[in-house]
Amino acid sequence: MEIKPLTRVILGLVCLLVAIWLVAPTLVVVPMSFNENKSLAFPPQGFSWQWYQNFFTNPDWSSSFLNSLKVASVVAVLATVLGTLAAFGLDRMKAGSANLLRMLMLTPMVVPGVVLAIGIYAVYLDTHLVGTLLGFVLAHTILALPFVLIAVSASLEVFDRRLETAAASLGAGALTAFRTVTLPLILPGILSGLLFAFATSFDEIVVSLFITNPYLKTLPVQIFSSITRDADPTVAAVGTILLFATTILIGGGMLLLGRERKGRQ
Amino acid sequence: MSASELPTQPAADVRPGRAWRPFALTAPALILLVAVIGYPLFTIVLRSLSEPEWGVQNYVWFFGAPINLTVLQRTFTISAWVTIVCVICAYPYAYLMTAVGPRVRLVLVLCVLIPFWVSGVVRTLSWVILLQDSGVINSLLRLAGFDGIRLIRTQTGVVIGMAQVLLPFMILPLYSVMKGIDLRLMRAAQSLGARPSRAFFTVYLPLSLPGVYAGAIIVFILALGFYITPALLGGPRSTMLSTLVQTQVLSLLQWGRGGAMGVVLLVTTFVLLALAAPVMRSRYREAGRR
Repeated sequence: MEIKPLTRVILGLVCLLVAIWLVAPTLVVVPMSFNENKSLAFPPQGFSWQWYQNFFTNPDWSSSFLNSLKVASVVAVLATVLGTLAAFGLDRMKAGSANLLRMLMLTPMVVPGVVLAIGIYAVYLDTHLVGTLLGFVLAHTILALPFVLIAVSASLEVFDRRLETAAASLGAGALTAFRTVTLPLILPGILSGLLFAFATSFDEIVVSLFITNPYLKTLPVQIFSSITRDADPTVAAVGTILLFATTILIGGGMLLLGRERKGRQ
Repeated sequence: MSASELPTQPAADVRPGRAWRPFALTAPALILLVAVIGYPLFTIVLRSLSEPEWGVQNYVWFFGAPINLTVLQRTFTISAWVTIVCVICAYPYAYLMTAVGPRVRLVLVLCVLIPFWVSGVVRTLSWVILLQDSGVINSLLRLAGFDGIRLIRTQTGVVIGMAQVLLPFMILPLYSVMKGIDLRLMRAAQSLGARPSRAFFTVYLPLSLPGVYAGAIIVFILALGFYITPALLGGPRSTMLSTLVQTQVLSLLQWGRGGAMGVVLLVTTFVLLALAAPVMRSRYREAGRR
């Protein structure tokens, strides 16, 4: 399509602005994390590592970080297993019932966070699950499930099921066929589901805010209460660590994917 | 027998006595869904109708108090603004993603994905740092010799922060629709004498609308239920429905009233989804046929 040079320049500028708007605000936590004063006012003064030290030594921060890691790891595995099983089930059902059940299983994505949070809080109060690891795992698993379902279903959609029939005709049992044919082919979908599930749980805040108690906090809850309580630059240090960890993971993953694709061509 | 002669659907589906298998596979997920989503939502509906006594008094209270209606209206207004800002910013961006080479596209995709993956709380924290009275924007304004402006605890601040958080949900569906548009159609339109702008408005724009609808619905629905960003960036004059629900339940222990508000929010969300679903589906199908 022919685009006039002027249009092209304007389009480029607009997109540059949008890209800056997307990325730059998050970067502001980096300079703030080295602030010498206990303040989040801009510009930061001096240079110090004290907030990073505080993150690793202050039990409030380190324990909430460990809790988040624990919960997110269990949730990632649980949601991936349940989600993959369900995706297989839906794939092998008649279209009518599959569509209905799929819609049901995707509802956690659209139910407003607070509504779900007060509901779960009410039930947890009755069942003594408030402030327990089990409570966090159950709530986060159901929130992560839709992402696994979407990722695995997408892989199954392009998976040629005649390959399973072929394996069976060569004498493979159902389990062998699954392990040696189906699983390797849909593994990318399962892995991206696993990653999404981990991220969903690690980042979940609304439901967590309601089912937390002073003895068991996850990292987002600790960040939120720190922001609302005082201007502690430790939040900026945490933000910086998370930002870099995420960038390395995604950037590295994409580079690897790109190289692999190039290698195959 | 060649591969193409094999049946596309293996017979396992229809073998009698095995029909329960797929349902057994979905059962664990469904049980958890009922226990952790279904039952809690049922509890909330029940409480909104039964506390402090049976009846619809909580709903009568909700729709009778002007403050609630103001907040309800404001929730819709803020969500609408966020959606509009997202459409305006996402459209040229998604278009550029389809028009550039693979390298630039990778950079553009990373710009969308990285904030998408960085913790939502951290991103809201960044906006607090940027928008506060002693924040980056006001410092820059003062350096340039202007008076500072009030951004935090205003509706504008909430819209700016929410739109940034939700922008990827607009860009990604839009990009996936635009990617499928055949650009030769534009060339055909131009070869028939249409100016580029006319070709854009009569050919490209209508073809990209399914993406706009899909993205706008997702953004609007997610915005309606937003809680963290308005709680941290907003003030008393930019309270949204979610915050009101939280106050009723956690601070005032009014489970009936908080529940009724939650039910209103829930029903609104599902009505919007139900209204949007057929439109979106038919548009997608149309786009596919072309």
